[in-house]
Amino acid sequence: MPEAIAERVIETIARSQKVSAEQITLDTTFAELGMTSLDALGLIFDLEEEFGVEIPNEEAMGLRDVRQSVESISKLMSERVAPEGGMK
Amino acid sequence: MHQRRVVITGLGAITALGHNVAEFWQGLVEGRSGVRPLSAPGCAALRFHNGAEVEGYEPAQHFPDKQADVLDRFAQFGLIAAREAMRDARLELNAEQKERAAIVTGSCLGGKISEDENFASIYSDKQRAHPLAIPRAMSNAAASHISMEFGIGGPVFNVSTACASSNHAIGQAFMLVRSGVTDVALAGGSESPFTFGHLKMWEALRVVSPDTCRPFSKERRGMILGEGGAMLVLETLEAARERGARVYAEIVGFGMSADAFHVTQPSAEGAARAVAAALKDAGVHPEQIGYVNAHGTATAINDPLETQALRLVFREHTARLNVSSTKSMHGHALGAAGALEAVATALALQHGILPPTANFLEPDPQCDLDVIPNVARRVAVEYAVSNSFAFGGLNAVLVFRKTD
Repeated sequence: MPEAIAERVIETIARSQKVSAEQITLDTTFAELGMTSLDALGLIFDLEEEFGVEIPNEEAMGLRDVRQSVESISKLMSERVAPEGGMK
Repeated sequence: MHQRRVVITGLGAITALGHNVAEFWQGLVEGRSGVRPLSAPGCAALRFHNGAEVEGYEPAQHFPDKQADVLDRFAQFGLIAAREAMRDARLELNAEQKERAAIVTGSCLGGKISEDENFASIYSDKQRAHPLAIPRAMSNAAASHISMEFGIGGPVFNVSTACASSNHAIGQAFMLVRSGVTDVALAGGSESPFTFGHLKMWEALRVVSPDTCRPFSKERRGMILGEGGAMLVLETLEAARERGARVYAEIVGFGMSADAFHVTQPSAEGAARAVAAALKDAGVHPEQIGYVNAHGTATAINDPLETQALRLVFREHTARLNVSSTKSMHGHALGAAGALEAVATALALQHGILPPTANFLEPDPQCDLDVIPNVARRVAVEYAVSNSFAFGGLNAVLVFRKTD
């Protein structure tokens, strides 16, 4: 799991949900942060803004914790930088 | 049907004249105008530059970050006013009372600022909307958040009838308490119109004054938009007496009408029917009314038409009426206007001081009323009327009585 992405995801969660980054690890669940489903939507919006990706609905609805979020973002980012076989 | 008497036992207000009721009332009594150059972004490009904004407002002083995120400015104002009104009423509701208590808010625009920000983003290259846009923008947001904060679980709803929204709202709450549907109601309204997209539409309507708000004055050049919120706690006179509550004033009548005439032009007959209906509901004669808090928008057409409407109802007593438009000081807060003016009217009765029509220059022969020009007047009156006449021809009028 790319550490740089993990770090940015954690920073984004902290900013978005108004909690300290120190209390967030990869294993932290959204429920542990007291997040409701509406909070999760706000977080997904902020993650999309931060990473310039679009998280599809089915995937967004399944996100429950930090690790899943990092995995999802990493996958979307790798898909984004490898279109039509070229560096941009 | 047995009709219970309904009194006002708590007040809250955040307006261009200050962040609480005491500052609001002091501004009104001093005849101080809250009209200032607009600070909302983008306003320099408009043909008008002044408004009655809530000055020095910091959401963080009232809401933790995460709560502020879900609240449009209009809902914040509603909640702040509700908190002050509930504190002021010193009302402690048990679980059963909370379950039956009501909240009726008035808002014409809902979360227009949130909506405007999102539309700007949606129609940009980004094409992005925030997931909180819908819950922030819904017109019932203030009512819903007040209900959640105080655990109030009875009839809770918002009324949207343009500039008459809060008068309709207070009127509904009054009827709910009077008829026994509920024993306690929080009623009022809030509004926050200062966002470029919305102001641009007001500009197109050519009714906003380039200088200030001068109701009933010959030099009037249009309305001045205002923002803020005001809430009133209503309960039965019996319950208020039993718990030794301070009573500001009694609400004794409510009247509604529709002009069924034109979307923006007012009708004197339509407005007069609402005033007459309110007096009839209150069981008082026109001659008993001592003060009218006028709709008084300071547009070319409203003020003479309102004068005609008052003449239709009050006839020769019109000359003896004290009339003022407090919009000259707190601006036209649209869906919150009636709530701000209800607070002003209740306090006017309680203190025996009638707030003036500020910014007044020369009288207009078409508005030959005693409009309490510029200086508050110390007169004890027993009954007062507060008018709201909305675009779309919807009228709502409340009658208040000084408490014994």
